[in-house]
Amino acid sequence: MEEMLSYGFMQRALLAVLLAGGLCSTLSFLVVLNRLSFMGAGISHSMLGGLALGVLTGVNPLYTGGAFAVAVSLLIGFISKNSKIQVDTVIGVFFASGMALGVTLISFKDGYYPELFSLLFGNVLTVTWADLRFLALVMALVLLFILFFFKELLTISFDEELARANGLPVTWLYLGLLVSLALTVVASVLVVGVVLASALLVIPAAAGYRFSKHYRGMLLCSMAIGVSSGVAGLLFTYHYDIPSGAAIVLCAALVFFLGAVRDMARK
Amino acid sequence: MVSSRDLSVELGDCTVLERINMEVYAGEMASIIGPNGAGKTTLLRLMLGLLKPSRGKMDVLGKDPCCLGSRREDVGYLPQRPAVTPRFPLSVLDVVLMGLVTPGMMGKRFRGHQKQQARESLERVGLLSLQNRPFEQLSGGEKQRVFLARALVKEPRLLLLDEPHAGLDLPTRNRFTALLQQLQQEKCLTVVVVSHDLAAVAAFAERVFCINRTMHVHGSAAEVLESPHLGEAYRCEFDLLFNRWRSHKP
Repeated sequence: MEEMLSYGFMQRALLAVLLAGGLCSTLSFLVVLNRLSFMGAGISHSMLGGLALGVLTGVNPLYTGGAFAVAVSLLIGFISKNSKIQVDTVIGVFFASGMALGVTLISFKDGYYPELFSLLFGNVLTVTWADLRFLALVMALVLLFILFFFKELLTISFDEELARANGLPVTWLYLGLLVSLALTVVASVLVVGVVLASALLVIPAAAGYRFSKHYRGMLLCSMAIGVSSGVAGLLFTYHYDIPSGAAIVLCAALVFFLGAVRDMARK
Repeated sequence: MVSSRDLSVELGDCTVLERINMEVYAGEMASIIGPNGAGKTTLLRLMLGLLKPSRGKMDVLGKDPCCLGSRREDVGYLPQRPAVTPRFPLSVLDVVLMGLVTPGMMGKRFRGHQKQQARESLERVGLLSLQNRPFEQLSGGEKQRVFLARALVKEPRLLLLDEPHAGLDLPTRNRFTALLQQLQQEKCLTVVVVSHDLAAVAAFAERVFCINRTMHVHGSAAEVLESPHLGEAYRCEFDLLFNRWRSHKP
């Protein structure tokens, strides 16, 4: 570990997995309880359109991708709440059309773009200090939102009808959750890439639920799994030269499967 | 306490409720009955301010239910059980505390006295010993009592219950009804119960409103259950139910 941290890029990578792991696993708790797993996948994949726009215009793809992800999340939320179309159908449409837009925009540029490959499959070893500042800002915004409205979000997740009857601004809180999800997707793209981003938004809490049947325990387990699988994945990347995004996701998935086996053995 | 004047609701091309006039007085145990799709839950949603009428007027605690503001604290609500997310990792106490999550509590943490309030509410329904038990491990009847505790935790003046007997077996249903009556008398609550179960309603309601899109008949339980308009509302014969009800009369 000491040798690994003697490199500047590894120090930045470790900070990135700690920040993104903590953020994704906290939000993962609400994603799983609200059954928003497909929403995470939809936002991250449709974000390709925004990333390609950045590559095409020369603007930092993370900023264009982030703006695109926030816009897509709000549109999905607005359309699904104000029309008779099912939310998974709306997500499916944005998922496919965002990807198609990305592929079309990329085709306008000649040549090979290694940074685009990193954004697609993630490479935490290339994270810069500017990326880390961006990550810290996103983390602060999202965690503040969750901390401030935690019990309201929990109430909506459990019984939306009661939340409405109690006078809570359910639609605004739901849209706030979707924007948080979009921002977290942007943060996780830095670490694991577009293709695997949704994994960090689902696996930690899904695994956490295997180990605790109370929400506080589930949240703590989720955070522990998110952060530790990030660090473990980074160690595997350093020692065995495995792609970082895949290594992190596989470590988290391993914990999930161990929990599932433990559950089955108990029954 | 609750009143409506010429209340109509249209959802798309469908008229769900038409010219409903009703009045529920303070301290009364009233019931809204009708067959499936009669518009009972829609009427309850209007009382909660979750829906706006297309025409007419609804008053709850002297105000438009959409603009109840802080008066919303005076309304307790027990929704239909299937509305909640299954396998949710909450304790029984957590579920009851959710009854206190109102706009006035946004961004604030629960204080000790609010947790005590939730425990007292659980004690009222006889489930204090289960406060730390995972909610999902409870039986259907116990869950329904927890939801009642959640509806009561704000110390409301008006309690709105949507099909509280659904899915309960007869002994559990009777125990639940007895508990409801006891609480109503102790707290002088106004209770409005939506139900399609005539036998259950006959056992506890002081006044019954029978609707099927329009108001078919209203009055005391005896008046409504013996009214020929009841059959019109349900579009079927009611001899069997009448006999059952009569046999339960003291």
